[in-house]
Amino acid sequence: MASHYEAPIRKALVVGDKGYHDVTVDIAAPVEGRANKHWWIVFSIALVAFLWGLGCIIYTVSTGIGTWGLNKSVNWAWDITNFVWWVGIGHAGTLISAVLLLFRQKWRMAINRSAEAMTIFSVVQAGLFPIIHMGRPWLAYWVLPIPNQFGSLWVNFNSPLLWDVFAISTYLSVSLVFWWTGLLPDFAMLRDRAILPFQKKIYGLLSFGWSGRAKDWQRFEEVSLVLAGLATPLVLSVHTIVSFDFATSVIPGWHTTIFPPYFVAGAIFSGFAMVNTLLIIMRKVCHLEAYITVQHIELMNIVIMLTGSIVGCAYITELFMAWYSGVEYEQYAFLNRATGPYWWAYWSMMTCNVFSPQFMWFKKLRTSIMFSFFISIVVNIGMWFERFVIIVTSLHRDYLPSSWTMFSPTFVDIGIFIGTIGFFFVLFLLYARTFPVIAQAEVKSILKSSGEKYKKLRDAGLPTYEITKPLVGNNAIVSNVEEQVNEVIEPNEKDVSDLLGVLGSFNVDTDTADDLKKVKGIGPKMEVTLNQIGIYTFAQVGKMTEKEYDLLDSITGSFPGRAQRDDWAGQANKLNSNK
Amino acid sequence: MYTFSNRLKIASFILMAVGFIGIAIGFISAPSTIEESKAIVASSHDTHGDSHAVVDAAHAEHGEADAHGHDNGHDSAHDEHVLHQLQNKPWAALYVAAFFFMMIALGVLAFYAIQRAAQAGWSPLLFRVMEGITSYLVPGGIIVFVILLLSVLHFNHLFVWMDADVVAHDHLLQGKKGYLNPTFFLIRAAIFLAGWILYREYSRKLSIKQDESNDDSNFKLNFRISAAFLVFYLISESIMSWDWIMSVDPHWFSTLFGWYVFASMFVSGITVIAMVTIYLKSKGYLEDVNDSHIHDLAKFMFGISVFWTYLWFSQFMLIWYSNIPEEVTYYVTRIQDFRLPFFGMIVMNFLFPVLLLMNSDYKRVNWFVVMAGVVILAGHYLDIFNMIMPSTVGDQWFIGIPEIGSILFFAGLFIFWVFRALANAPLQPKRNPFIGESKHFHY
Repeated sequence: MASHYEAPIRKALVVGDKGYHDVTVDIAAPVEGRANKHWWIVFSIALVAFLWGLGCIIYTVSTGIGTWGLNKSVNWAWDITNFVWWVGIGHAGTLISAVLLLFRQKWRMAINRSAEAMTIFSVVQAGLFPIIHMGRPWLAYWVLPIPNQFGSLWVNFNSPLLWDVFAISTYLSVSLVFWWTGLLPDFAMLRDRAILPFQKKIYGLLSFGWSGRAKDWQRFEEVSLVLAGLATPLVLSVHTIVSFDFATSVIPGWHTTIFPPYFVAGAIFSGFAMVNTLLIIMRKVCHLEAYITVQHIELMNIVIMLTGSIVGCAYITELFMAWYSGVEYEQYAFLNRATGPYWWAYWSMMTCNVFSPQFMWFKKLRTSIMFSFFISIVVNIGMWFERFVIIVTSLHRDYLPSSWTMFSPTFVDIGIFIGTIGFFFVLFLLYARTFPVIAQAEVKSILKSSGEKYKKLRDAGLPTYEITKPLVGNNAIVSNVEEQVNEVIEPNEKDVSDLLGVLGSFNVDTDTADDLKKVKGIGPKMEVTLNQIGIYTFAQVGKMTEKEYDLLDSITGSFPGRAQRDDWAGQANKLNSNK
Repeated sequence: MYTFSNRLKIASFILMAVGFIGIAIGFISAPSTIEESKAIVASSHDTHGDSHAVVDAAHAEHGEADAHGHDNGHDSAHDEHVLHQLQNKPWAALYVAAFFFMMIALGVLAFYAIQRAAQAGWSPLLFRVMEGITSYLVPGGIIVFVILLLSVLHFNHLFVWMDADVVAHDHLLQGKKGYLNPTFFLIRAAIFLAGWILYREYSRKLSIKQDESNDDSNFKLNFRISAAFLVFYLISESIMSWDWIMSVDPHWFSTLFGWYVFASMFVSGITVIAMVTIYLKSKGYLEDVNDSHIHDLAKFMFGISVFWTYLWFSQFMLIWYSNIPEEVTYYVTRIQDFRLPFFGMIVMNFLFPVLLLMNSDYKRVNWFVVMAGVVILAGHYLDIFNMIMPSTVGDQWFIGIPEIGSILFFAGLFIFWVFRALANAPLQPKRNPFIGESKHFHY
């Protein structure tokens, strides 16, 4: 693939002192650790929402579509809005993995896995709506062109709705294969680290017996490239065909030729917004700040700004062409959107989708995590309104004024929508606990060229490889050894004063001691040892650098390199700031 | 430093001279009376075959826009219509070629701005080539502007809506008067051209300055103005395409049109970058440009050709499927009167590039890329031809002396101007921060 040289002005994509093993440990951590309270709270809320939605779906199917707010003028509203919204969100994943792969964008590697997961989960949500809307979902197979013996209908190939069936099922299959292919080496990593035989078995099955041989990698690269080539036209085709659902009609506001590329741009726009929403939370919860950096968020914001502007350009084009065409119906459709009874929906759409992304022109705002999160939510809302505006405002006032109406959703409409959001988060939260959420194999492939650690080594003229001392077994053994160590040590006076000179001394009268055991790697014994030396606070530990670690090793004489491996200083600083 | 070889210079002069003669012949042989036009139509009957059958259809569509001679009965109205079409022919030929070469420079400018705004690492070695090509925007843009100005001054009838008589009899055009009026039209054209040329000149200046500078400030400023330019371009390109192309059919409209024209200019521009690069390499310049750079350009030629087809299909399919009379007439005319160029264009712009450039090894074979490039350029010339001709010359179209003459003239001017600009500055940027990545680039 591409060369390993990188221009010095490029910022690191993996920040902090991260080597290959650190990547493995950090990315395996959420899977190997236990879920915390927050996870359970959010999961429970999502599950309740999902069950509520399931109830509404059962009610709809058992009673009929009459439970929705549809009427004879607005015969397509909430359901199709949600369908298009979810399909749109499902665009970012494959765009990031396929198109950015073809453009050799290295930053995609930290976010592609979760974006693809999001794609698959949101396409699942999207697929629900047409099936529910069928009324008799057990006959859903009638949308497939199968011989008449299986059903009494032969599908209508002239209908874009049928093209949708093909486009979305193809998209889902290819995305799934693409996603899983990338997952193979990562599942194998989890398999190799697993301790319990059950987990080993499961991850072994999921990784399809990945062996890590050169042949495996060669096939892996080849398949990724072929799938990227296939997926790129698919990204365009899916939302193009969704747009055909509307644009092939002769309804004012729907029949317009710009729809296909404009829907695709809008879909990428909403997809990136959702990726931002999810990843800004995930990087925090799973401690992945070193991989999903502010630069990643900034780049996604730029994509949001770009696609938002393209969408804005399309809005203005539509508006202008409606006037320019001289077609009265077309002109009225747009006048009605902007100033009719649904003006609030139209202007919410405009504000959220066209104006709000423009803030991203300012570097300060697009590198602010809180602001990015806020805008991503705003865009998600705006893109929902966009579909609502297109669909409902074009239908609610048809050619016959006596049949003009409004649309109001029932609790079932709203319930199903909330249910899909719940379902989506249920899936995503389960994913975050069981899957490697970052494509660690791919991140490792750019670590030498784009990792901060290696960039610094290169700048300093040092070799980018290191010779490590053999590790003393795994952590369990280490802590056993720790217990056996004699606690009585005779510190060398000069070393101690050197060490305290750097770390600062502890005054028993004015300062309060911290619980150093909170630092991973410091046990009760080690705390005593440190106290004996004169180290009592996080602030002191936080000042330690390589020199002090060596000094400490020479004083205590046990577990050389332990403090550095566990990064005591980093941990202590974090603890100190949270104090 | 590149020197403009005498042989190429002479070749460009010959092209211009031959082209000029062709253009002159076109203008001289255009009929000035109805009798002459009848004679021309009669003599060309053999080649045109059954075209007369569809003249009436074309005329019927034009009826509203063309209010000439309504009192004199159908036959004379028809004859006068044909006279106008034949008088338009040399103008339309000139305009299509002038626009086509201007569009190449503009497409390259967009590509260049995208490379800068995206901080692409592979392309800085090609920046001087792109800057050379965009230099043509100055003469090319001014020539297009002059043709538009002459249209406003009624030297030709390329744009029916400029005829006050026509507008007076046309309800739809009266509705568009607020936008489609000569003054506003020229103001818009002037603003767009000024914006494009301003960015081009300023960015080029910064690019040259960066060579001798000792920090990255010029580079950073160039990054900023490129991002700003792309916003201006997004808007101006669409409006330009409505004004300069779509309004030759003033009744017809399509929201996708601007982006469709963009795809055309983008792929033509990238193709020309690849061709000029390969030419310079064959002369021993651009030592650091390797196969991978050509490969990437060829990938763009392939990809954007598919993208163009996507937009072409979207526009065509939606209008064909809905079959709304006001809109579908556009394609009816083209399929009836322009069958060969209309479908030929799709073969040249889609089938050829897809088949020729699908294989990744072929994208590294220079003569192969050039061959595909020639087909793509010819195909996109035909695309512009198909946009302008049906409503200006109708079924009287022909790719003869005036058309080929115009192509030769502008090709000569383009070569002369571009290679003169290339000789003005070192072909390799010196202090671009990404130049190292570009040199190391291999795929």
